[in-house]
Amino acid sequence: MIWAGTGVLWTLSGGVPKSLGLLGDALAAEASAFTFAHISDSHIGFNKPANPDALGTLREAIGKVKELKTHPAFMIHTGDITHLSKPDEFDNADQLIGEAKLDVHYVPGEHDVIDEGLGKAYLARYGKGTKGSGWYSFDDHGVHFIGLVNVIDLKAGGLGRLGPDQLAWFADDIKDKSDSTPIVVLAHIPLWTVYADWGWGTEDGLQALTQLKRFGSVTVLNGHIHQIVQKVEGNMTFHTARSTGFPQPAPGTAPSPGPMTVPAEQLRSLLGIASVEVRTGDKPLAITDTPLAG
Amino acid sequence: MTRSRSDSLAARSTRAGGVRALLLTLAGLVAILGLGLVTSGGRALAEDETIKIANFTFDPPTLTVKAGTTVTWVNSDDIPHLVTEKDGKFHSSALDTNDKFSQTFSTAGTVEYFCAIHPKMTGKIVVTP
Repeated sequence: MIWAGTGVLWTLSGGVPKSLGLLGDALAAEASAFTFAHISDSHIGFNKPANPDALGTLREAIGKVKELKTHPAFMIHTGDITHLSKPDEFDNADQLIGEAKLDVHYVPGEHDVIDEGLGKAYLARYGKGTKGSGWYSFDDHGVHFIGLVNVIDLKAGGLGRLGPDQLAWFADDIKDKSDSTPIVVLAHIPLWTVYADWGWGTEDGLQALTQLKRFGSVTVLNGHIHQIVQKVEGNMTFHTARSTGFPQPAPGTAPSPGPMTVPAEQLRSLLGIASVEVRTGDKPLAITDTPLAG
Repeated sequence: MTRSRSDSLAARSTRAGGVRALLLTLAGLVAILGLGLVTSGGRALAEDETIKIANFTFDPPTLTVKAGTTVTWVNSDDIPHLVTEKDGKFHSSALDTNDKFSQTFSTAGTVEYFCAIHPKMTGKIVVTP
């Protein structure tokens, strides 16, 4: 299947659409389309062998966003902006991401909430207009966007967690939306279980997802696992973004989900950005993943 | 502390000869207890324990220590971890690579802990008297 409008070649693998890469400028998105850019897992402050220059690769990713043929309406960042929640890491990320000159909607990753106040530093910067530990919703071009937080108050032995307060807010937030409203949900840790052994899932994510079954088009965008994984279930499309910082191994292929060190010439093929085109009607969103190189 | 208590017991025993033997026994007991404290204190210092954090696991996942032992966690991963008591009774700050966190366990019992940002990582300290 070819997403002609977005310039990415897709194929079906086991019923799951899979991105094969960009087709090139000839198939670039229509100028009139509503698009937004998706970046994730910048890990500013990370300087280990898997990528000694996380700031440099974020700069390249922002450069790619600036080059997009269709100017995105805004950008989303699905968390792990920083590596250690340090003020200078947030400062450096803000400054660089600001160069895209786009509104940015963030959700926190677990690396953004390990300051002494366990999330206070994130909220001070990005929490304006949000509820609880930073969740929110907004509407744009007829699409209802919901930003969720699943990295706070995690329980021993568990996975990512939304918690009862957020789930109650979530139910209330969508109750008046018509079934035909396209829904886009953002969260850092995948809301569905990608690989429980590595904690790649959200223990109460299903409680949110089941409430979305009545909608004609639901797109769930996550980060956290530093690689693209996609799934389509009914009207729901799940998509995880690459990191701009460092790659992580495929589920179960390494002793742990720690940073994966690859030959320097391969690194940029494993990092990247995604741009998302929202089409009118009930068609799913078209997601174009662009590696930094290759 | 223990020493002065045993001294005062001994002093009183010289005034009251009838119960002298009993008091001496008591003093001896206190002295033995005192000695015991010093010994176990000294041994605890020698036996302070280290838990290595590597590959998103606490190694060893269960550690048995005597009360008074100080346990130090050292993070060997390229990813930060936390050491958080299950109900939040204590927690480390974010431990970057090679950062350490120490906690002294003075009372007997089982302490369960986990990494607050990678909650699949769990561990247990069994503190014996």
